[in-house]
Amino acid sequence: MNIVADSGLKHSGSLQKNPRLSQWLRVSGDCTVSVFVGKVEIGQGILTALAQIAAEELGVAPERIHMVPADTAVSPDEGVTSGSLSIQDSGTALRRACAQARALLLERAAARLRVSTGDLRVEDGAVEAAGRRTSFWECADDALFDVEVDERAALKSPRDYRLVGKSAPRLDLPGKIAGQPRFIQDMALPGMIYGRVVRPPYGFAALASLDDGKVKAMPGVVAVVCDGGFVGVIAEREEVAISAQRALRRAASWKDAAPLPQDVYAWLKEHAVEHRVIGEKADAEAQSRATKTLKASYTKPYISHASIGPSCAIAQFQDYKLLVWSHSQGIFNLRRDLATALGMREDAVVVRHKEGAGCYGHNGADDVALDAALLARAARGRPVQVQWMRDDEFAWAPCGPAMALTLSASLASDGSIVNWQHELWSNGHSGRPGRSDSPALVAAWHLARPFERPAAINMPLPAGAADRNAIPLYDIPSQRIVNHYVREMPVRTSALRSLGAYANVFAIESFMDELAEAAGFDPVEYRLRHLRDPRARAVIESVARRAGWRDWPPGESRGHGIAFAKYKNLGAYCAVVAEVEVDHEVRVKRLLLAVDVGLIINPDGVINQIEGGAIQSTSWTLKEQVELDERGLRGPRRRGRADKPAGAPQRRRRGSGPGAHRSGNRQCGRARAGVARARAAAHARADRRGDKSVELTVSKPPPIIPRQPRFRLRCPVRRSCG
Amino acid sequence: MTERFRLSVNGVPAEVEADSDTPLLYALRNDLGLKGTRFGCGSGQCGACFVLIDGHAAPSCDTPLWSAAGKRITTVEGLGKGGSLHPLQQAFLAEQAAQCGYCISGILISAAALLAMNPRPTESEVRAALDRNLCRCGSHNRMVRAVLRASAQPTS
Repeated sequence: MNIVADSGLKHSGSLQKNPRLSQWLRVSGDCTVSVFVGKVEIGQGILTALAQIAAEELGVAPERIHMVPADTAVSPDEGVTSGSLSIQDSGTALRRACAQARALLLERAAARLRVSTGDLRVEDGAVEAAGRRTSFWECADDALFDVEVDERAALKSPRDYRLVGKSAPRLDLPGKIAGQPRFIQDMALPGMIYGRVVRPPYGFAALASLDDGKVKAMPGVVAVVCDGGFVGVIAEREEVAISAQRALRRAASWKDAAPLPQDVYAWLKEHAVEHRVIGEKADAEAQSRATKTLKASYTKPYISHASIGPSCAIAQFQDYKLLVWSHSQGIFNLRRDLATALGMREDAVVVRHKEGAGCYGHNGADDVALDAALLARAARGRPVQVQWMRDDEFAWAPCGPAMALTLSASLASDGSIVNWQHELWSNGHSGRPGRSDSPALVAAWHLARPFERPAAINMPLPAGAADRNAIPLYDIPSQRIVNHYVREMPVRTSALRSLGAYANVFAIESFMDELAEAAGFDPVEYRLRHLRDPRARAVIESVARRAGWRDWPPGESRGHGIAFAKYKNLGAYCAVVAEVEVDHEVRVKRLLLAVDVGLIINPDGVINQIEGGAIQSTSWTLKEQVELDERGLRGPRRRGRADKPAGAPQRRRRGSGPGAHRSGNRQCGRARAGVARARAAAHARADRRGDKSVELTVSKPPPIIPRQPRFRLRCPVRRSCG
Repeated sequence: MTERFRLSVNGVPAEVEADSDTPLLYALRNDLGLKGTRFGCGSGQCGACFVLIDGHAAPSCDTPLWSAAGKRITTVEGLGKGGSLHPLQQAFLAEQAAQCGYCISGILISAAALLAMNPRPTESEVRAALDRNLCRCGSHNRMVRAVLRASAQPTS
């Protein structure tokens, strides 16, 4: 299928916004190719995969490809590195650009050698014909690529691929494993000083007073910066900046802010302002066959990104220009919001990407860049590095939104589902920079002339956001799916891996098990009865076979379960079988996954992502929840006014355990394997065709979230029975 | 008040002038330029800042300079000998045992401490030894495989 022709678009993928060939690559006389992409490395291995694509299409050795880190001054604007779209958008563009670049180079080589292109013999950029030689490196110049990408250039057939489809070692790992300074946290610029910021103990409370005299007098403190409620400090040494931050916390007092809701799920239902029916099918005949109706409710708590390395940025003012180094997922959007917040022209700001710790969505990377820029204004041209402390990160990075869901379904006498209803309540899942008139950066909301805090929004279906994957893929004649949007945000929310799909798939797949049980069917068989898509059926059948589903011996406190999802209902297919033990805690003993991600660029990269997605979502479900009391994140170490704990201990509400779970009206059943189902599919790339099955064994729940006081570790698989 | 501290880092003597309560982490990173040891939590709970202190894996974010002085400190940069990678590092590369890689230095340190005490650990011993280290990306199983691979190498 030709996507471009079908859609009526002139260009495919990121070529739509960046159609010039010179935006994508430069061939150098030193026998290398510099590749410019706007997508960024966030631990997912994307630059390795894109380098494979470029080398493949150009027909040169992968060692010749130099991936230039994204930089607003030199890179194509490819928006945000999110939504598993990088191979699809950037890879497609790069493939086309490299195909045309090769064609142009061969044309020029043929002209030089005075032969036709068909007579050329080409190997790794060396060109030979009729005993004469030239090379890509001799033929290239800047003018050659100063053209619009012509998508009619012939692409290499996937049958001839030598690099794409073979596991390639990650380009960034040798340095990281050797302990070399690769991360933004490791950068050390000449004259660099260190900054830290102080924010309200909770909410968006205004600064009441600040007695910063002692802090200013601390040896090594360069300046205290106070702009409205934005308070920060810069110091010659990092540990001095941290001590000064602690002292400033004690020196600041804040006005009270509105208390946070304690039953967030009830609160969400009371505060929905938009009620959108996102899917509806009515079949009166089918509904008339209903003999039994089941209902269930599910909840998903706020979940933190909890990256192992807190967010970091470096900012430097030079000649009325601002230079920012950031691990943002969207450097161009960040540049826009920085310029707005600082009252600068966008072309006076340059944002350079530098790798940070693992990124799973919209974390604090963008926010800390504005922190650094605001502090750099007081640094007289010296670069300022700011790394958030762990509690800054937990308190101020956006959380993945809490969600409440109710499902009901009716069964006919033969057990088939004839009617399905799914309602969800949630804040928006996207509060990223660059998408609103007001900067989506925390510090901008605290300035003396504050910017309005934009509400998180939901991107529309088919990819969706809160409603991502809410429309069941199962074949059900009557259905109604409603997305209740909550604009008001007691807790800042934004994109966390898979957005609403984590809760929606958890709910749908858990409910399918309940329906199968009520209808007297095996869960695998029941899913297959309601699925026609052959690729969906294939992953379920494949994983069931590998798991020995039919003959698997359940035991005391031991069960297994299956779940299925298709990423965004648009992309990769995944089915997972989880083997689970339940005694005093739930333990996932083993996960088996089958995925169909389409054309695979780097098989080991796919496996690594699938394994990571499965393990992280298992951790979310079993171990994680951001706990709130009326005054913010709960935790004895959280320093509010005068270093006091934020709020007294609060009795835990029933059904508020970590991870997505069900609350309903039925008795607790067998050891259900729903704990791990969720959406391991979520991180499979949407653009790849082919089959790959991944076997993943988790013989012990991995130690992911620590004994960090803000996360209470509890058994999550629980219903409130009654 | 700043003081001068004599440290032994990766077999090399070094001097740092800082407040005595300065966490070792910042002296290593900012004074000695050894950036492989990284800040994760600041309270010794995540393992990203682990170094070997007299052979034991310890959080450098929670170790003040006064207590590190005079002890043998090894960072990730000092694991290999003679400019080559430590067998653990080679095994991590072979297994592609990382995603973002931020936690790797601390995990290598914990694994090195384990192999120094127990050159042929079982899988469950490896998991127990790495229990103090967090990885948010979910590369745990690859890391365990990498440590087992390294432990299977003939010792030199």
